[in-house]
Parts: sequence; C-alpha cells; structure tokens
Amino acid sequence: MVTKKGIYTKRNDGRKMDEVRSMTAKVGIVPSADGSASFETGKTKAIAVVRGPRTLHPQHMQNAQTGILRVNYGMMPFSVEDRIRPGPNRRSEEISKVTEWALSSVVDLSGFPNTVVDVFIQIPQADAGTRVAGINAAAMALAHAGIPMKQMVSAIGVGKIDKTLVVDLDKYEDSEFHDAEGSTDIPMVFTSRTKDMALLQLDGKISISEFKEVVGMAKKACEDILKVQMDALKNVGGEDNE
Amino acid sequence: MSNFIIPNLQKEKIEAFLAENKRLDGRKADEYRELVVEDGVSKNSASAVRVKFGKTEVIAGVHLALATPYPDSPNEGTFMTSAELHPMASQQYDIGRPGIESIELARVIDRGIRESGFIDFKGLCIKEGEKVWQVFVDIVAVNDDGNMLDVAGLAALIALGRARMPIYNEKEDKVDGYDEKKGIPLDKDVLSFSMTFHKIGGKIVADVSKEEEAISDFRWTIAMGDNDGEPRITAMQKGKAGVITEEDMETILNLAESKWKSMFPKIREYVFG
Repeated sequence: MVTKKGIYTKRNDGRKMDEVRSMTAKVGIVPSADGSASFETGKTKAIAVVRGPRTLHPQHMQNAQTGILRVNYGMMPFSVEDRIRPGPNRRSEEISKVTEWALSSVVDLSGFPNTVVDVFIQIPQADAGTRVAGINAAAMALAHAGIPMKQMVSAIGVGKIDKTLVVDLDKYEDSEFHDAEGSTDIPMVFTSRTKDMALLQLDGKISISEFKEVVGMAKKACEDILKVQMDALKNVGGEDNE
Repeated sequence: MSNFIIPNLQKEKIEAFLAENKRLDGRKADEYRELVVEDGVSKNSASAVRVKFGKTEVIAGVHLALATPYPDSPNEGTFMTSAELHPMASQQYDIGRPGIESIELARVIDRGIRESGFIDFKGLCIKEGEKVWQVFVDIVAVNDDGNMLDVAGLAALIALGRARMPIYNEKEDKVDGYDEKKGIPLDKDVLSFSMTFHKIGGKIVADVSKEEEAISDFRWTIAMGDNDGEPRITAMQKGKAGVITEEDMETILNLAESKWKSMFPKIREYVFG
C-alpha cells in the first residue's frame, strides 16, 4: 500500500489504513422469516430479513418470466444521535434501489415467475458504512432463505482521508473529517467468484490512479468479509456464530 | 411508473449496429449528441435555462429564498435540489409522488454539487445564526430521449452559473428583485460535470438514447473536475443490476478521461457564460 504524505497518518481507533473493523455475523436471527442475518462492523449494526418467494401484488407488477427482488432499507429512529423520522425518505429510497441492483446481479429468480422476494434491511445502530453492512447481511439472509444465487456478494466502504487511502471508514472519517483534501467515501460491492463490481458510489475528490488503487484494497477487504459471511452460514443453528 | 419496453427485434438491431461501432442515429459508440443551451426561460427566477442533448430536453431553474440556517452550520446558506420526471417527457412517467428515478436523479445531482464545494455556502450567509439564503435548484424534464442524468446535471450547473443574486432589503426583511451584475457565490475552480456510460451487448456507449438506455446492462456515471489540467474524479454512481468487470473499468475510465479533456473547456464556457 502506498501512503502519500498527508495529514491523516493515524486512525482514531488505531487500525491500519487497510484494516476492516472487527466483524460479527449471525445467520437465522428472525425465526418467522424465510431467511435472516445480522452483520456488525465496529459500531455499525445491520439486520436483514428475507421473505419469499411469494406472489407479487399488485398483479400488474408481476413478471411472467421471472421473480423479482425488492429491497427496503431503513435506519431505525434511534440509530443515530438525531432521531430519524420513521418511514421512507429520499436517502433510504436511493439506498434501497442501489442495494436491490447489487443483489439482483447475483440472484436467479427465473424459477419463480410472478413472485417477489422481499429483502428488509434495518440499521439499529449506525457508525458509517450502513449500506454496505446491510448488503453483507442481506446476501447472507438470501443464502439462508435458499434463494438461488450465482455467487455471493460482499460489500465494503473505502475512501481517501486527505491524501491517505483507507478501508472501512467510520463515522468520523466518513462525515466529520473536513481538513485539507477532506474525505472521499466509496461504497463498493464485489461478487465472490468473478470479482466484478455490483455496486459503486463515490463522493469526494480522487485521482484516477488513486481510485484504481483503492479498488484493489476494497477487493482484498471483501475476501475477508466473504470468509466471515461463509463461516456464519456454515454455523446456522450453532452456538458460536462469530 | 410503467417500464419502457423495447421489442426484442429492436434490441438485436441496436446490438448488431454497436458491434460495428455504429448507432441507429448515425453516431459512433462514444459520440455525444449536440449540446444546445438556451437562457432566460423564466424572468421570474434567479435563472432558468433549457438544455438539450439531441432530443433530450430539460429546464432547470434557480430560486433563492430567505431562510434560517441549520443550528450546526449557523453561517452557511442551505441548498435543495428537486427533479421532476414529468409525464410530458415520457410515457414512462406518471403524475404524483416522485418515483425512484426522480429521487435518484435529484440526489445524485444534489450530492455532486454540494460535496464538490461549487456553491460557496458561507457567501450565502446574511446574519450568522439568523438569516441565510436558501438555494433551490429545480429540474423539470421536458422530453426524455435518454441520458437524463448528464443533461439534468449539466442544466443544474448552468442554471447555478448564470443565476443572478437577489437584493436583500434589510429594513423590511424581504427580497427586492435581482442584482443584474452579480452572480451567486460560487467556487469556479471546482466545477465538475458528469458523464454516464452504459454497457450494451458488450459495448461501452456514451450519451445513450432512450432505447439504448432501456436495454443496457449497467450504467456508470462519473463526474470529474479540473486538477491542474488533469481530470479528478469527484462523484460516481453505478446503476442497474449488471456488473462492472475489471476490463470494463479500465475501458470506461480511459474513455471518461479523454471525453473530459475534450468537453471540459466548452462546458466551463456554457456554465459561466
């Protein structure tokens, strides 16, 4: 990893620049659901629940060729310091859609025409990276529900703090650091086998070569995350899901 | 919202043309449509411009209103973007609550402008903690023939670049018309604009038409600004369920870089008049 000279030389929590926060994954956390999982990274917690395939209503939205995936992402009102009004808002609707696209790239619902698979993602506690934590949980919940998947997906937030490339931004790095060149955050999702990009968003300032470098760091982090997801899936019903 | 349906025959035709680097409207895969900008659509706002890429047409307007600052930034103006994909623009759109397309469009444009620092929010402060200017950018689609993200994004920038500063009457606490010689406070050095590329039948295509857009695997929007003559990425958004391979990434970043170099000077001129 190249560390260019900049003012951001040490992370608040002592992590290395390319180190992800400690992760915990559990599968099978909501008994009534077809699939469910939780994924925690540092102080960020996400839970995901899958219901379906089930008949899609209203009927005119049905697709006779394939089932469809529908994602609803939301933050719980008490998940951040300022209370969030319950219900959808512009941010949550956009995140729902990009998450839906990312997960749709790997699920195959062609065997379930006219149905919908609903994925509900909720964030009980937020410390940046909630959409990627939600996707990590949702991928496990889909697998837990037995939904046909071509491969898994793993998600990570990477970025640039001043001149330093970092993996897994916390809230301070994501939204409170404004000095020098400021903060660039880049949520990404990679497919497990082909290593293709299924989600990509970016805000900030970054050169093309730095972007390519941080993509490499994200891919590497996703390999570690995938291991945590797969271990949790193998452990369904077991005592120790960590 | 209903989906924009493309018959399979038309899809095959578009893909067959692209395989030979051709498009149904005569363009090459990486070629943009002609850009047309028209000023003065409404004299009643700070600015209102009509922007066209070929047949895709949007109108964007800027309004400034007096507002109370947020407690966590008492000396900064505020900013809001709305985008209306009006049913006049396409059979795909309906009247009523904004759909996910409108929401995503408004949010991507809002983020791009806000996070780049293009608007000097401190310059919009009238009295700290009490009174600031609130800037509204409102985008209305008039005709959707594809690539709404780039057209609407550019229209927003041009509308901001050409917006007149309102005159504040402190005694009566109201707005007294516009200062024709004064624009709103902007940091012209950080101007960046977005380019959206789609993958269709294995080919990377720029400035898509409505039909091309409907059959693409993914879209990738890249906004770039100037850093000493070199492009610097300022925002990105991937759309749709297709995945970006490593090869796609290299191809698109190279294409974005060369397109930026040829388009940026012209866009700068359009934005700042």
